[in-house]
Amino acid sequence: MSDDIVNIEVDGKPVEARKGQMVIEVTDNIGAYVPRFCYHEKLSIAANCRMCLVDIEGAPKPIPACAQPITEGMKVFTKSPRAIAAQKATMEFLLINHPLDCPICDQGGECELQDLAMGYGRDISRYNDGKRVVKDKDIGPLISTDMTRCIHCTRCVRFGEEIQGNPQLGTVERGEDVKISTYVEQNVDHELSANIIDLCPVGALNNKPYRYSARAWEMVQHATVSPHDCVGSNLFAHTLRGTIKRIVPRENESINETWISDRDRYSYEAIYSSDRLTVPRVKENGEWRDISWSDALSLAAEALGAADAGKLGLIASSAATVEESYLLSQLSAHLGTSNIDHRTGRRDISGQDDDPVFAGLGCAIAEIENQGAVLVAGSNLRSEAPIIAHRLRKAAQSGAQVSFANAQEYEYFFDVADYLSGKGLCELLAGVVVAAADGAALPKAVAGLCDGVSASKADKRIATSLQAADDALLLLGTIAGRHAAYSAVRALAAAIADLTGAKLGFVSEGPNATGAHLAGVTPHRGIGGVQRKTPGLGVTAMLDSELDAILLMNVEPDTDIHATAAAEDKLARQKYVISLTPFVSDSLLECADLLLPVGTFAETSGTYINAAGTWQSFGGVANPVGESRPSWKVLRVLGNLLDAEGFDYVTSEDVLAEFKEALGDVAAGSYSPRAKLTKPNGADAPSEEIDIPLYSIDGLVRRAHALQQTLSAKRASER
Amino acid sequence: MAYEQNLVCFNTFGADESWSMATYEKHDGYKAWRRVLAGELTAEQIIEEVKASGLRGRGGAGFPTGLKWSFMPRNADVQKYLVCNSDESEPGTCHDREVLRYNPHALVEGMAIAAYAMGASVAYNYIRGEFLDEPVPRFEAAVKEAYDAGLLGKNIQGSGIDFDLNTFVGAGAYICGEETALLESLEGKQGRPRFKPPFPANFGLYGKPTTINNTQSLASVPAIIRNGATWFAALGPEGSGGTALFSVSGHVEKPGNYELPMGIPFKDLLDDICGGMLGGRKLKAVIPGGSSCKVLPAEIIMDCTMDYNSLQQAGSSFGTGAVMVMDETTCMVKVLRRISRFYMAESCGQCTPCREGTGWLYRMLNRIVEGKGEEADLEKLVDVANKIEGHTICALGDAAAWPVQSFLNHYYHEFEYMVRNNGRSIVDATEEAAA
Repeated sequence: MSDDIVNIEVDGKPVEARKGQMVIEVTDNIGAYVPRFCYHEKLSIAANCRMCLVDIEGAPKPIPACAQPITEGMKVFTKSPRAIAAQKATMEFLLINHPLDCPICDQGGECELQDLAMGYGRDISRYNDGKRVVKDKDIGPLISTDMTRCIHCTRCVRFGEEIQGNPQLGTVERGEDVKISTYVEQNVDHELSANIIDLCPVGALNNKPYRYSARAWEMVQHATVSPHDCVGSNLFAHTLRGTIKRIVPRENESINETWISDRDRYSYEAIYSSDRLTVPRVKENGEWRDISWSDALSLAAEALGAADAGKLGLIASSAATVEESYLLSQLSAHLGTSNIDHRTGRRDISGQDDDPVFAGLGCAIAEIENQGAVLVAGSNLRSEAPIIAHRLRKAAQSGAQVSFANAQEYEYFFDVADYLSGKGLCELLAGVVVAAADGAALPKAVAGLCDGVSASKADKRIATSLQAADDALLLLGTIAGRHAAYSAVRALAAAIADLTGAKLGFVSEGPNATGAHLAGVTPHRGIGGVQRKTPGLGVTAMLDSELDAILLMNVEPDTDIHATAAAEDKLARQKYVISLTPFVSDSLLECADLLLPVGTFAETSGTYINAAGTWQSFGGVANPVGESRPSWKVLRVLGNLLDAEGFDYVTSEDVLAEFKEALGDVAAGSYSPRAKLTKPNGADAPSEEIDIPLYSIDGLVRRAHALQQTLSAKRASER
Repeated sequence: MAYEQNLVCFNTFGADESWSMATYEKHDGYKAWRRVLAGELTAEQIIEEVKASGLRGRGGAGFPTGLKWSFMPRNADVQKYLVCNSDESEPGTCHDREVLRYNPHALVEGMAIAAYAMGASVAYNYIRGEFLDEPVPRFEAAVKEAYDAGLLGKNIQGSGIDFDLNTFVGAGAYICGEETALLESLEGKQGRPRFKPPFPANFGLYGKPTTINNTQSLASVPAIIRNGATWFAALGPEGSGGTALFSVSGHVEKPGNYELPMGIPFKDLLDDICGGMLGGRKLKAVIPGGSSCKVLPAEIIMDCTMDYNSLQQAGSSFGTGAVMVMDETTCMVKVLRRISRFYMAESCGQCTPCREGTGWLYRMLNRIVEGKGEEADLEKLVDVANKIEGHTICALGDAAAWPVQSFLNHYYHEFEYMVRNNGRSIVDATEEAAA
């Protein structure tokens, strides 16, 4: 180990550092600040801004700290007259053509150039010639451009090349005419593209929907968590007088690093969409009218209380928080029904008794990039969980064999080892099972599924890569989760994992499927996954019955239920439908009888548990819109009105504490199929409809104006 | 004093079809390479010979060629590359063009020997785009002749030596003469210098060990091997072995490309070789090695010999051997403005001081010439140049700064005169006074 330690001196102080580190990493570690623009720890080194020039003993000229590897005995001076003179010289050059339009620039107040100009700039410019003006580019609905402000640090270019993997921005022309540009006129539309807003050290690339709507210093920053996928990306919401003005990433190396997906960033727009339900409404004789909360709650309690326990149904979304899920679960227990479910996307629940306690990712999110081989089956991963797709790309970049199995082929910006496609998922996976068994007996559960299947060369390559790698992972995506023969798909995946020694992981739907499973929002299992004596009805069965009352929690009949066809019609047939919903839609107006306005993720406190099993609590960040209330409070009052015991929580933390106590220590558990499965035939036909497009996955993104203007959304709506 | 000309790179000049293989072989061409193929010379011997010859890189920086070769991990089991820099684009320089046009086989043979010495089995000659009409076809024809004669290719003449030589034509950018920008361009990317370290000998073309040498340096190698290091070294003074190709331009009677021994006194170059000053006028200043070198006034250059050490001691450098001669009618402000415009236009725009500073220098100079300059601009010019120098990724920043520094150092009064007289040149004033 001692060979890896290099002793250097920074500003006269001895420092031990790791061999191979750059000077700037060492100075950052010990808090000796060196100014920089182009350097970013997540990107490659460009050394082009020349702001980090420092003085190194023995060097004939100042050296960029970002690009200089340390050597034994090196003496670095970050604040010597030569270093400061070089840094000031660079600042002067950077400012001569910069418009200095800080008063009308959204970056003002949080601008790296502005900050450093305070320290290294002159009061008065010595440059008295005309400044350069650069035409702005239209690169899509998410990112505004003011290219005259650009200082050509190329962070955005390197982000495209190194993080996205599809370079959409580059530099054109040379000398002082250099500009950041798209090579041909086009949108920047990768699912992580808007991170270049945060990377841009000046106001050249900014948040388009946010443009001119607030100043950085007048907003309040609140920590929150993404409500869109099973990653649980960490976010900051910036609010002005209780209204969210924008969302930015909150760094969390173990989850989202410094990135967030574009949908995490812009979905907040939906909170202020005209679709928001602002007051409770009731349908009487086919006519809708506004009513008071107290009347609405009484009506809801009455309907739930009057219903026969067996003819009552509760359907939640997997975007419900842990607290909401737990309260719903408690309410169902009080009402004496097990007709409770959150699996609105799962068509095939036939193997539900084999389910693990919750469908975990199989490893920590950060671990994905360390896998040596990965097979992703039944997934459009860049759409389902952009951050997981990014980690997977990192794995591939460092040499992992990453393969896919899915009926359709989706584009990935790295070298994909093999892509099995064109057939049903069961058929594709059966080939890999046969290859992995390599002539040995097939696991009994899937033997029938593999009958007559032979392994292709690609199947063998995939099986071999999973077997050969020290760390291998088989990820089942949400397309698999919605597959009409999910039980068979899952059994085959488990067989591959068993035969190759790979871990089996699931990309679950929504931000809190884990929480919903643990809280017992399933008809067959209660809190902690404990088997119910008499299982209730799942989503499909509830809709296929004629129930006295159904309570929907943040579920839109036409767009959120994929478990069964014609869900909208089936809901409309139910006697009484109560919907706790942030939004009103034609479909809800058609199906429901009572609408209760509840808050979105931003207007409530709560907890999400991501697919890796990480619990993340957050507070409410924005003022509620209209008369909307947090769902957990609505459920609590319903509990009170129905005389449920213990429903006297004051805060959501009380709910969480009680749930944690009830839960005890629970692990994800493992999955192994008990029954012998038979070929699904028709149910395995390749079907595009089980892939939900990137910007259609939930009510928030569907109503985020900017996201709906993107090419991805437009292409999806044309499909 | 009479000087023997055309000893090394131009040694076929004057012969019929001097560019043909037949002519080259009549001048002992390919003898050195055949010795290598016959196994008579080891790689170590070749490198030692080149080291002993005192050959220094003729691209401008003058780094000892043999030493550069010895940096290559010769025996490492990876693909290694040799690249010839024929992107001759330093203003005033046009002699490598002549090697390509009139003696291309010297370069082919030199590259073969150099590649063998460094264990590189593949080489590229990066030729500037503007050479498309004559130098490129001549070089390519020479390569084909050499292939046809069995002197290049795989397992050449059963020697076990592989050597493939390819031509690459640039798209016309001064910056691609910088060796790492050249590599980027060769890889199909924008021509932008890389930050060093890592150096090309470790991480060069496609990330593999690579050596980049100038055309003249490589074309000198066959003569060194043929005639011996001692012969070559003795052609020039201590520290500057061999001959130099001078591209003499400006106010002389006989401008042109001359191959002469290193260390020739400037006075002899001007009077004996180039026929003296044009029209017998008085010498004012000389830029001795291409536009990025510092200018030397007549009284200094007349005492210099044309070699690395002498010119360095005089405050300039040998550069590329492009000697630009200016007589007393030359306005130094206008010359500097023209030079500065070049560096503004040729900056790659990658790093800040050069991208922003070169344009600033030009604008200040332009303003002065247009009669809108201020005295404060003169100090600012030097200050801006000082802030570019040594602060950039590559040497283009220095190349833009040095002329400004040296012109203001030696001819401050001309700039001052122009600023004080609304753009009127001191040269015009002197001529009018004389009339």
